[in-house]
Amino acid sequence: MAALRPAGDFDRTYEQDMSVMRKPWHVWLTVISIAIVLVVPMLNNFVSQDWLSTHAYIVSTANQIAYTVIALQGLNILTGLTGQISLGQASFMLVGGYISALAMTYWGLPIFVTIPVAGIGTGLVGLIFGLPSLRVKGFYLAMATLAAQFIIPWMTRNLWRDYLGGTSGAIEVPSPIVFGFATTEVTRFFYISFVVLLLTTVISVNIRRTRLGRAFISIRDNDLAAELLGVNLFGYKLRAFFLAATFAGIAGALKAHSQRGVGTEFGYSLEESIIFLGMLVIGGMGSNIGPFLGAAFVILLEDAALWMGASLADVFPEQGASLLTSFRPIFFGLMLMLFLIFEPRGLAHRWELFKAAWRIRPFAR
Amino acid sequence: MNWILVPQQLINGLLQGGILALIALGIVLIYKSSEVFNFAQGHMVMVGAYLTWMFSQWINTGISQVDLLISAVGALIIAVGLGWLIERLALRPMTGQPLLSIILITLGLAQLFEGLTTVFFGTEPKSDFPGLFAKDAVWRIEIPPVNGESIVFLNQLTIPYARLAAFILALVVAVLLILLFNYTSIGLSMRATSENHDLARSVGIKVSNVFGLSWAIAGVVATIGGILLATIFGVSINLSTVALVAFPAILLGGLESFAGAIIGGLSIGLIQALVQAAKLSEVRNSFEIAPYVFLLLILVLRPEGLFGQKRIERI
Repeated sequence: MAALRPAGDFDRTYEQDMSVMRKPWHVWLTVISIAIVLVVPMLNNFVSQDWLSTHAYIVSTANQIAYTVIALQGLNILTGLTGQISLGQASFMLVGGYISALAMTYWGLPIFVTIPVAGIGTGLVGLIFGLPSLRVKGFYLAMATLAAQFIIPWMTRNLWRDYLGGTSGAIEVPSPIVFGFATTEVTRFFYISFVVLLLTTVISVNIRRTRLGRAFISIRDNDLAAELLGVNLFGYKLRAFFLAATFAGIAGALKAHSQRGVGTEFGYSLEESIIFLGMLVIGGMGSNIGPFLGAAFVILLEDAALWMGASLADVFPEQGASLLTSFRPIFFGLMLMLFLIFEPRGLAHRWELFKAAWRIRPFAR
Repeated sequence: MNWILVPQQLINGLLQGGILALIALGIVLIYKSSEVFNFAQGHMVMVGAYLTWMFSQWINTGISQVDLLISAVGALIIAVGLGWLIERLALRPMTGQPLLSIILITLGLAQLFEGLTTVFFGTEPKSDFPGLFAKDAVWRIEIPPVNGESIVFLNQLTIPYARLAAFILALVVAVLLILLFNYTSIGLSMRATSENHDLARSVGIKVSNVFGLSWAIAGVVATIGGILLATIFGVSINLSTVALVAFPAILLGGLESFAGAIIGGLSIGLIQALVQAAKLSEVRNSFEIAPYVFLLLILVLRPEGLFGQKRIERI
């Protein structure tokens, strides 16, 4: 009996069901988007003098979004897929930044070696702070990662002072040389970030399609049931911690090289870790597109807050300093709370709703 | 270890720990009645201190004791409203949401408080906070040397009156809170709510009121803690970080236990102070993170804390 089915696209094979690029135009769209992103940083040779600063702002913000997305993808694996809370992602970025910077300064390794080294080294550090997940979960695990967020920055300020910068909280980081090109300008460094971002995106999209990702999701949804089904809880939780810290380390290396400095002077505080969690919630936890939406939304929001603070500081000069810094936490805190209350599944969910509405247009708005 | 410094550090740590214990009690109170981990408690402490400072600037009678008392009353009234408002606007819509969302909403609150405090009071620390005693009023206890060797640094123990008063006040408030929770009808309804929301409703307790009330009390406790901290350190944004150390304290004591929070607060204060008596400068500097190292140890060795209930998971 031929069942009446609505018209539309149907998956006929398992391969179709599992594919990331579902339609030919997905491939085209991806290629065109990547091409646009590759061309935009080069435009500084062509735009007029008045637009140079705007162009520089666009590219450096894009660079910031790129490495933030990488850190968020790691956090997404740990929090979004596996359901473990981490308040220490920023401190792992600090570790990655230091490893990459020291490896380049003292051993002269090229950037495409130091970034993986930073990733793996940070992953090992992440394992140490994942160890309490053997016995605790939920709030208690959040406390363990909170401990990481305090202990690691303290170590960089107080131990091995000659190498880590000591109380000044900063060391200089050389700008990497790729194929003979020095990447001192962000318009060049952006390409490194972008290539790494493409790689981590491919990895993080594919993790959820493998045994590893399914094990993570089963732990998140019901850890006891997962254990009964034969998922080694501790092993997989540690793997999630390792991956999250690895991504954070890679992101930290990129951040360190693009800011040409690393250390507690450049942030990496508890506040930053909280902002990462907030970005993930605002973007949409557990979805592939969530990190992109969340990072872009929050970073642009913070820039708006900074701009607003600066213009208000012009109007009220006597409160200038406090106005400059105060709007960022207010905007972020309000946004986070509003999203948690009214849109807990984040912008990614909104995007899905929009796509669904578009598909059955004109029957829905 | 510099043994000669130890007796003084023990006193300092104990006095500091009393205030920590009070802040920890606020977190435990909210957890017990509504199962929310309030990461914003440190910022509530800071807001309370700033409010008191603001009132004292308005009143400004010239006698700092009078200033402090009147402005503390004003700040406490606002804190009641603030705690109730937080529950009503931020936590009520989150009922039944996953743990991560609830933790994040308190973190969002913390950010909001930080920003608002900076807008209204600026980033400069305020040192002109009124106190009950002059800053340099110190109680000195002479300890004579034994066998010609001094056992205490400079042969005397010094206890600043402000710290002693803060310690005593903190413990008094803590005891009052425990009495309230254990021996009054309000406390009984809170305990019933923490045990089982549905059953509490069925015997006629208005659960939402209990939540609001416990947040209001937590606001009061945080404000008292903030005032006590401010009489010692002055007011600054950093008060919230000082109060974050309350989290290791409640984990040590056990999340569900008031007595545990007090003992945890005192022990964390002692640990922080004792570390500062070490000979090695690296160890001495680690007083900021010593509570967190200790926290990791607790989590691995005894996650439920000293007096906490061992969680049994029901399927």
